[in-house]
Amino acid sequence: MSGFYLPNGLPTPSSGPDGLSQPYWDGTREKKLRIQKCNGCGSWQWGPEWICHRCHSFDLSWQEIQGKGRIYSYQRPHHPVHTALNGHGPYIAVLVELPDYGNIRMVGNLLGDPLQTVTIGAAVEAVFEPHDDAKPPYTLVQWKTV
Amino acid sequence: MAERTLRGKTAIAGIGETIYYKHGQSPDSEFKLALQAIVKACEDAGISPHEVDGFASYGNDRSDGPRLAAALGVKELKFSNMFWGGGGGGVCGAVGNASAAVATGMADCVIAFRSLAQGQYARYGRSGAAAAVMGDDAFLFPYGVMSPAQRFAMKITRFMHDHGIKQEALRGIAMACYHHAQKNPNAVMRGRELDEAKYDASRWIIEPFHHLYDCCQENDGAAAVVVVPAERAKDMKNKAAYVMACGQGGDHRSAAPVHNMPNYPSSHFGKLAPRMYEMAKMKPSDMGIVQCYENFTGGVLMSLIEHGMVKPEEANEVLVKSNLIVEGGKMPLNTSGGNLAECYMHGLELVIEATRQIRGTAINQVKNNDAAIIMGGPMVTPVSSLILGSEATL
Repeated sequence: MSGFYLPNGLPTPSSGPDGLSQPYWDGTREKKLRIQKCNGCGSWQWGPEWICHRCHSFDLSWQEIQGKGRIYSYQRPHHPVHTALNGHGPYIAVLVELPDYGNIRMVGNLLGDPLQTVTIGAAVEAVFEPHDDAKPPYTLVQWKTV
Repeated sequence: MAERTLRGKTAIAGIGETIYYKHGQSPDSEFKLALQAIVKACEDAGISPHEVDGFASYGNDRSDGPRLAAALGVKELKFSNMFWGGGGGGVCGAVGNASAAVATGMADCVIAFRSLAQGQYARYGRSGAAAAVMGDDAFLFPYGVMSPAQRFAMKITRFMHDHGIKQEALRGIAMACYHHAQKNPNAVMRGRELDEAKYDASRWIIEPFHHLYDCCQENDGAAAVVVVPAERAKDMKNKAAYVMACGQGGDHRSAAPVHNMPNYPSSHFGKLAPRMYEMAKMKPSDMGIVQCYENFTGGVLMSLIEHGMVKPEEANEVLVKSNLIVEGGKMPLNTSGGNLAECYMHGLELVIEATRQIRGTAINQVKNNDAAIIMGGPMVTPVSSLILGSEATL
């Protein structure tokens, strides 16, 4: 076993040629969760963008946040749509809302039994899942109920 | 100043479809399918393809307008238009854009079309992703959120949760679509009836709420409509289906990255529908014909609610097969079988069926056939909707 929630072979994350999301991925390698905060109006913003959608400032910083949230929605896919998932069986993806940071939302997997009952509103916390052997290495952010 | 509106200024005067195939089964290439559908639509309108002077499509159609114009010997190309966005969100928008070009005099005879042979290119239901993904995908694909069903499932989960809507409402939608396909010789799912037991026993694609029969097909085919000025359509071969209104777009930040759109559990028609009804000078209860794009039945549910056709608190009661079929149903839905059971022609088959209904030539003909609403591509951004009407609605 890989020790990862999902099998090896799924697409790996990249910030792409424009580098917009690079501070996020650099942060997860250090086990820190960072999202954008506008230096103009103080709003939290996620996912990443070059401009603040509220005040149109281009001055956005990356702030470390606490990985605590609640399940806003979820799904349990059964049908494998990627060859890496063939024969793997069901897994859970969650949409997590972070009330302390303007209710921004993040997508990840819910660790534990893939057949567990999932409750909308349940409290969850972030767990870092490093993929050190990947080229280049990256770290995903997963969630577990608390 | 004259009222700025599309209402009654253009009409669909011709419709054309290829044979519809399961993915991978078309003997013809995607571009040839496009040509076949366009030639048929021109024949149906009683015009020569040489007279066409514009093309409008969506979903990044690979059959581009300039190549079509050259292949068909179009005398002069005046309008060549692509609606941004993935999925079938642009189906009604393409007809609306064609109408806008015709109504404003930019062009005189515009084809709105879609050609899509998933068997020849990538299938939507399989991830063709590269080893590394960027942008929004980087925050989704590594977690196994890849296919359209997976991208939208959590909207549906939350909407059903918020409104207490049960799986059976989705089953009713699927059964009505399959029911209507049974008499349609061009329906890929003809001969495959769907009853409660078969639906309930079908495998999960995604829990909760996505059984196999809640998901659209993957097909090969093409479809096209001819849009001309209303005054010209009046004297053409077939009864005109007038464009009464088109709406397109999205809610506030509905394309916000990583599932951060403020109105998340939504098909994104909430703001669009009222302004479309206003343009048409009609209301939901005027719509005798309802064609709603099924990527997934949960998308149909939210579309019907956001277009004012069903109240959320009544969805469990109203969305049963008997209410949704032509034979005695209060709101006949997807009367040719739709994306689920006729063909996933990216929704253009719904525009064509609405036109047949207004003409009175549909296989499953609705009696109250003066006005039709078509809702395109729920949950993507941008989405689009269309209202068509007979001469009586002008």
